[in-house]
Amino acid sequence: MSKIKEKAKAAKEKKALYGTDVDLAAFKSKATEHAYQDSLEKIPPDSQRGMTEAGIVLSEEGRAGSYIQMDHSPVHCSIREEGVEILPIVEALKRYDGLEDYWWQAMAVDADKYTAHAELELHNGYFIRVSKGVKALFPVQACLYLGEEGIAQHVHNIIIAEEGSELHVITGCTTAPNLARALHIGVSEFYVKRGATLTFTMIHNWGEEVAVRPRTAVWVEEGGTYLSHYVCMKPARSLQTDPTVRLLGKGAVTRLNTILVAGKGSEMDVGGRVHLEAPDTKAEVVSRTISTGGNIISRGLLVGYVPGVKAHLECNGLMLSETGYIRAIPELDGRIAGVEMSHEAAVGKISRQEIEYLMSRGISEADATALIVRGFLRVEMEGIPAELKKEIDRAVEESGKSLM
Amino acid sequence: MSLIIKELCVEIAGREVLHDIDMEINPGETHVLFGKNGSGKTSLLMAIMGLSGYRITNGSIIFKGRDITHLPINERANLGIGMAFQRPPTIRGLKTRDLVDLLGKQGGNGGKTTKYAESLEFTEFLEREINYGLSGGEIKKSELVQLMAQNPDLILLDEPESGVDLENIALLGKVIKKLLQKNLRRLRVKSGLIITHTGLILNYVEADKGHLLLDGSLKCSGNPREMFDTICKFGYEECARCQR
Repeated sequence: MSKIKEKAKAAKEKKALYGTDVDLAAFKSKATEHAYQDSLEKIPPDSQRGMTEAGIVLSEEGRAGSYIQMDHSPVHCSIREEGVEILPIVEALKRYDGLEDYWWQAMAVDADKYTAHAELELHNGYFIRVSKGVKALFPVQACLYLGEEGIAQHVHNIIIAEEGSELHVITGCTTAPNLARALHIGVSEFYVKRGATLTFTMIHNWGEEVAVRPRTAVWVEEGGTYLSHYVCMKPARSLQTDPTVRLLGKGAVTRLNTILVAGKGSEMDVGGRVHLEAPDTKAEVVSRTISTGGNIISRGLLVGYVPGVKAHLECNGLMLSETGYIRAIPELDGRIAGVEMSHEAAVGKISRQEIEYLMSRGISEADATALIVRGFLRVEMEGIPAELKKEIDRAVEESGKSLM
Repeated sequence: MSLIIKELCVEIAGREVLHDIDMEINPGETHVLFGKNGSGKTSLLMAIMGLSGYRITNGSIIFKGRDITHLPINERANLGIGMAFQRPPTIRGLKTRDLVDLLGKQGGNGGKTTKYAESLEFTEFLEREINYGLSGGEIKKSELVQLMAQNPDLILLDEPESGVDLENIALLGKVIKKLLQKNLRRLRVKSGLIITHTGLILNYVEADKGHLLLDGSLKCSGNPREMFDTICKFGYEECARCQR
């Protein structure tokens, strides 16, 4: 047995640092196979709707390629732009000798029982790579879809942005409309090489009883940029994730934006950690959270190891309900003199003054509230192309329809 | 009659701040409110607009023949009342351009946002979030750009010139004049109620009547120029006395 497998076995019962402990035995590890489709338009209409809401373009117009996985089966994989490679991860492992340099390198296989299970029972995932110097014009889209009641979906994704390349990836994770209970474990390891830029947008539209445990680790080399935009505005029973970015090379930059809306019954524990390990690195971690009755823990951690690094953390929460809570836990960890790190956190309700101000312009109270909420969720992010920005805004709008 | 205020009493947090106010503003007229800090001028404007926190305990406000004393704020606005706030809130994430576009559309007056902003040299600020990081003068402009799109019949202006440099006062004055249809004589229907401390706005906007508020009571009404001159020379108390 390989060392990785051994480690995974040893961590099979290892509880995660944060979040409710999910009973993995309560979910089926086998799922019915789905047939491969040469076109996304052949996917059943019910599933299509969810995918569209999660940002997937069925015609694949304006996309550099697609990876679509339903339950455990890759049902579609296509490439429309040169220099971009997309494969089901199981195939990539075969083709590239186990992807030694990347497989469980950024993320520890024994981090907790979720990572361990993703190794012991792998249900595929995507491998996306953009070649050296290639600046992909359009985003790659990926969708991880849960359709079968009561199953566990363990995926492992790898994205590699080779030296000097540019890539946008839009991932939509969603469930069948009638699906009640399921588990999604998603391990993601991203490698942003020298001077490359990776923009990663993840839209989660889960069912109400779904447990979600993404495990994301990102390495950014010299002059590289990693921009992440995570949106989860639909209820999920239990979501816990704490993506970690290591800025390893001089001048590496990252921005992590998180938008969360927790409805009644939802538990969301979402963080963002950045390790600033090289000179001139910069990080910004921003979260906007809304509770409409659910519970949110919004974490953020910046660790500065080198003098002169700059980083800022911002956790803002809006309570729109009498029940539920939002806990903002920003942490700064300076390991040496000369780091420049700051944070701000605020949790409150919508200001009456703002509502009345808009009402004095003839806007109804409901519309005024919606405008303020929409504004609250609009996080400006530099470095995102206008087209992609529009798309993220559209997704936020689409996802938050019931709220606005 | 555009606006009739009858025996109006207003409380803030249980304390009466306006006592038995009577005032009438006819269509086409512009009135000016004078008074010391804390005399109740802003409270009167807020009560006319209907903001919570300004509780009407007695009297009534009639606008265009309709009793609006207890009408929600937005319904007053839709009847044609508009206000430029002295200290408006910041609304994060809401772009000024988007709000002005919306107000224009709402009033059947869409597509003119840039034109409005240009008239106030405010174009570059349209991409800013509402009042976020704006200077005092820029806030006044933002308020007026919104009012232009809203196009109200009764315009409440709370110190439109405070914190504004002289060149920009001229610019604001020109826009306010236009909002109040000062270029029209017979056909003018827009009316205004303006709070001013400096009186500078009177150099740009001809006013028909002045009112002096002292400790929450209207002490006198008269020619706004004469009243302002008296206040400048002898103070507020003296202005109230001379009219008695």
